[in-house]
Amino acid sequence: MTRSAVLGKDLTGLEPLDADQLRLILDTAEPFKEVSERPIKKVPALRGKTIVNLFFEASTRTRISFEFAEKRLSADTVNVAASGSSVSKGETLVDTARNLEAMRIDMVVIRHGASGAAQFLGDRIRSNVVNAGDGKHEHPTQGLLDLLTLRDRFGKLAGLKVAICGDVLHSRVARSNIWGLTKLGAEVGVCGPPTLLPRDVRELGVTVLPRIEDAIAWADALNILRLQLERMQAGFIPSLREYNRVFGVSRERLARAPKDLLIMHPGPMNRGVEIDSDVADGEHSVILPQVTNGVAVRMAVLYLLAGGSPDWHHPGGDHA
Amino acid sequence: MSRPILLTGGRVLDPSRGVDQVADVYLDGGKVASVGQGIAGADGALRLDVRGKVVAPGLIDLHTHLREPGQEELETVASGAMAAAAGGFSAVCAMPNTDPVTDNQAAVGFIVSQAQRAGKARVYPIGAISVGQKGQQLAEFGELVGAGAVAVSDDGKPVMSSHLMRTALEYAQVFGIPVADHCEDLTLAQGGAMHEGIVSTRLGLKGIPSAAEEIMVARDIILAELTGGHVHLCHMSTRGSVELIRRAKDRGVRVTAEACPHHFTLTHHACEAYDTNAKMNPPLREEADREAVRQALRDGTIDVIATDHAPHHYDAKEREFDDAPNGIIGLETALGLAITELVCGGLLTLPELIARMSTLPARIFNLPGGTLAPGAPADVVVLDPEAQWEVHPDAFFSKSRNTPFAGRRLTGRADLTIVRGQVVFDRQA
Repeated sequence: MTRSAVLGKDLTGLEPLDADQLRLILDTAEPFKEVSERPIKKVPALRGKTIVNLFFEASTRTRISFEFAEKRLSADTVNVAASGSSVSKGETLVDTARNLEAMRIDMVVIRHGASGAAQFLGDRIRSNVVNAGDGKHEHPTQGLLDLLTLRDRFGKLAGLKVAICGDVLHSRVARSNIWGLTKLGAEVGVCGPPTLLPRDVRELGVTVLPRIEDAIAWADALNILRLQLERMQAGFIPSLREYNRVFGVSRERLARAPKDLLIMHPGPMNRGVEIDSDVADGEHSVILPQVTNGVAVRMAVLYLLAGGSPDWHHPGGDHA
Repeated sequence: MSRPILLTGGRVLDPSRGVDQVADVYLDGGKVASVGQGIAGADGALRLDVRGKVVAPGLIDLHTHLREPGQEELETVASGAMAAAAGGFSAVCAMPNTDPVTDNQAAVGFIVSQAQRAGKARVYPIGAISVGQKGQQLAEFGELVGAGAVAVSDDGKPVMSSHLMRTALEYAQVFGIPVADHCEDLTLAQGGAMHEGIVSTRLGLKGIPSAAEEIMVARDIILAELTGGHVHLCHMSTRGSVELIRRAKDRGVRVTAEACPHHFTLTHHACEAYDTNAKMNPPLREEADREAVRQALRDGTIDVIATDHAPHHYDAKEREFDDAPNGIIGLETALGLAITELVCGGLLTLPELIARMSTLPARIFNLPGGTLAPGAPADVVVLDPEAQWEVHPDAFFSKSRNTPFAGRRLTGRADLTIVRGQVVFDRQA
């Protein structure tokens, strides 16, 4: 186990981090962006390290992004999906953890449906644990890639107004964004049906924007959350059609904004529900740059947790 | 018959008669023989010098889960009755969510006989309100009471049907027993893992709003008013519930209520870091709720302190928060927490605390005990209200260890517990 001097042992969320730590991760990600642009996309930073990607929930984007980040850092990786493993035979998370531990792995990247699963694992094994999304709690690397994308576009985060729109109640992306943005001095608004906003959300230091028109008028950037289709069955919204009419981000609504808004979405999108296609594909959308940045911030997180030096600006070097 | 016991020189607290004085207490023939100065006692009597200690009627817990039959690996009647004795309880009432459910006279009789075999704290079964706790058909209250049940409740399976609750409150009056309700609107609480508030928002856990409890408190009060029945509200946790009960009592509704040590000690912040030992139902609430519960115990809006002792295996708690079971054990920490939080905290005097943990529980469920009046059962606790100790779950008599209070420093504990005139727990032994 390595205990990073700057990040500690695990990355379970952005809530426990301070502004300096967040800036450090973003700064460390900058040189890693370049690695992915090379013909040979590999640096030796994590050579000899073994990383398990433990995914208890289906994920395409996040899992692949982590895997690329690991491979581009030269780590040895194993992917474990919940189905087809002992987990599907009823093994508990704590037993899974102990078995991984017994194999002397260096890091675990975990995606799990239960809030707190990453911390649960981190508290019980010596390996570094990276949260790749735990229930409705946090998705810190998504938060970081959103921060990086915003910083790329606006040059700084302090004073920026970011509206997080949609199903904030069930969203780990929203929570990580709220922590990351507020710690770095941005103003955060949340906008969605009251049925999908968490209790006492204002106490997190955010402004509640009741209508999507309010969010569009207020914000510099919109981070539009995916609406899980099962929310309708659970009675949170009457129908997807009505959701789109009342809360959907459309070109017409954006046209009434006082300025051009940056459009973000963590994916996967429901085109025609929370976001219209011409917005998702429009000139102000940074949805694909978000994905590109995802690999860089994950490289930065893995590198720092492994004990990498934060003042290292030449990822091709041999400092690991 | 057992050897007579003479407790000499203790501070005798008997809220049932307003007694608070240094005196001797003489127990003979399983009964309190006399309380007074300079009692000689028979030659063969066991003489115990309890100067500096408090002698009080044994504590009575109206809300315990003993897990037998069905989950004997978590607790048995015997282990629970021993844990109770070690906590200063001379009697506990066992909730009916056993497997099979305590919904018939044979099941009640089994618990009674297990308790007799154990010979520790008394165990009074609570029968189910509905057959199988299924919320449909009324259980046979008459047979339950005939076999020894002292109340009825569907506890953890709240009575969602207002019709069933109404009929239970009406029918229970034939037998003079209270109907104890776990107030929870399941349609609001479904899937919730902790109190709905800022902590659940931060942790990303589904919350249980206070309204889930308060709606059912309001309903039960209305039905008690309609029927004239006695409703006993279990483990009250919210300021809204307290306010509803206060107003109902002002109107003279037959409502009594209990509060648990964890609800007057902890708040939802105990769930930070996903500590599953802080997961229970009703959940730990906000500071204003905790304070309301404490004030309600002070002013009598909430009548009694009950433990909701709920044993679980450590494996079951060593899980993701959403999947861990609700409940903590409480028999061996209740008195210490109550003295530390309420007496040292200046909310209750020691006699008032004994009333809320012994005299009033006996009165509410119409049980023997709760008094040191001559002729009363010789159920007595000798406690040291000044003792400083640290909670070590490994030393518990309970078979389970699920408590959020491990390592906590407490003031006050039981030194000696006497049931039916026999010492069932002696800390010195």
